[in-house]
Amino acid sequence: MIQLHSLSFGYPQSKPIFNDFNWQVQRGETWAVLGTSGCGKTTLLYLLAGLQFPTSGQILIDEKPLTRPRPRTGLILQDYGLLPWATVRQNAELGLKVRNFYGADGVHTPQDYHPERDVTPWLERLGIASIAEKYPAQISGGQRQRAAIARTLALQPTLLLMDEPFSSLDAIIREDLQQLMLELCAEGGITLVIVTHNIEEAAAMGRKILLLGTPPNHEAHVFENSTVGQPNYRESKAYQTLCQTLRKELSRETA
Amino acid sequence: MKRRDVLLASLGILVVWQIAAMLVNRSILPTPFVVLKVFFEELGGDLPLHFAASLWRVLAGMLLSVLTAVPAGLGIGGSRRLNRIFSPVIYLLYPIPKVVFVPVVLLFLGIGNLAKIVVIFLILFFQIVVLVRDQAAGLAPQLLQSLRSLGAGRRALFRFVYLPASLPAILTALRQSVGTAVAVLYIAELFATRRGLGYYIYYQGSTLLNYPAMYAGVLAMSLLGLGLYFTVDWMERKLCPWKFVD
Repeated sequence: MIQLHSLSFGYPQSKPIFNDFNWQVQRGETWAVLGTSGCGKTTLLYLLAGLQFPTSGQILIDEKPLTRPRPRTGLILQDYGLLPWATVRQNAELGLKVRNFYGADGVHTPQDYHPERDVTPWLERLGIASIAEKYPAQISGGQRQRAAIARTLALQPTLLLMDEPFSSLDAIIREDLQQLMLELCAEGGITLVIVTHNIEEAAAMGRKILLLGTPPNHEAHVFENSTVGQPNYRESKAYQTLCQTLRKELSRETA
Repeated sequence: MKRRDVLLASLGILVVWQIAAMLVNRSILPTPFVVLKVFFEELGGDLPLHFAASLWRVLAGMLLSVLTAVPAGLGIGGSRRLNRIFSPVIYLLYPIPKVVFVPVVLLFLGIGNLAKIVVIFLILFFQIVVLVRDQAAGLAPQLLQSLRSLGAGRRALFRFVYLPASLPAILTALRQSVGTAVAVLYIAELFATRRGLGYYIYYQGSTLLNYPAMYAGVLAMSLLGLGLYFTVDWMERKLCPWKFVD
């Protein structure tokens, strides 16, 4: 699904963030990218989204080099990015409206796209159908994030990128949404890459975990987490051990 | 604002006016009753004509400024390069009191309606450009990024983000400048015209010394401003319902 070939990237006038970096993601996998601030995890996500471009090396998605945002990739940010003047329903429809605006041109919109408007099933699946006519300022942070998720999933992405999507939410709401996202990705066969600075979140969501350290990142530091998603996973020994390992590695990486 | 409160405030002003007129007791400040009587009499005369002339000039000036300032503000606010080039220009021109250009504009554009419309346009244009530009430049980057990731290119961003985002800025600019626009209209109508409330007020007060009629003109001009103000308010409620939810 995703292949990074000797990717290098740095912002002008600062030291490189990635240097000859290789990484691969298979279709349907659930990845968590873990690291402290400044390690380049958000940059990695923007590179995958086609909003930023490597200084050298290549990003292949579905075997095709990435040159612009890909219509089948969804991006969900911590800050929701909802339009304040639109209701929850209108916000959820936004992606479809953009697609209908361009038509199936293969650039902004997949070529096999059929114009569509109804987001009600997604609002129901995300549990926000009852607040569909409310404005973002009237609802809670968790509900706003659900609206942003509905908006992205309505476009039926094959790859979903999330940047600290739950970090401003309360613990209970956060865990609910983490669980829901895993279910939705499994249902839709969606490949998920979620970026987080939170060790527990990485361990609870990533079947595989990519650890980024102090830049420049050269080698992909990957942890397997095969039992994730099982009932009561958070109470399991495997989860506790993984959290401890990740904590140790993280402090070693950033020391 | 509740209708009842506006009514109460009008009553309060009338009472103060009445007391002041009784204390002054000179023809230069007639009581509200005298003025209202003349106002309704004048409604059967030329006053509606003057009102219509003034209304047309203000509306045309507003429309012209919205149609030109919104694209300009969006363009400047949406592009960092244009912003760097034009913002200093705006900063230099914005604080100049445009009313000083009334004689110059009249000399350039002649005595017709156009000169008066252009004077109002000059004032509103800068107000709207500045507010729309700030609104466009202040849009959260996360909002724009998340839309780009949904496939939105430049055209879609303008259609779905910049344009709707500029709407409240336009209405705020209009509300802020309605008062100024009407004041400048008065100045502009002092010159080279026989139509308009400005002319009417000046003519009745300074030439005919008919003070009740002059005040009737002032009343008509206040109603013009108030009407525009309430219209903008109403439009904001219709077009920006999200600003009025709790």
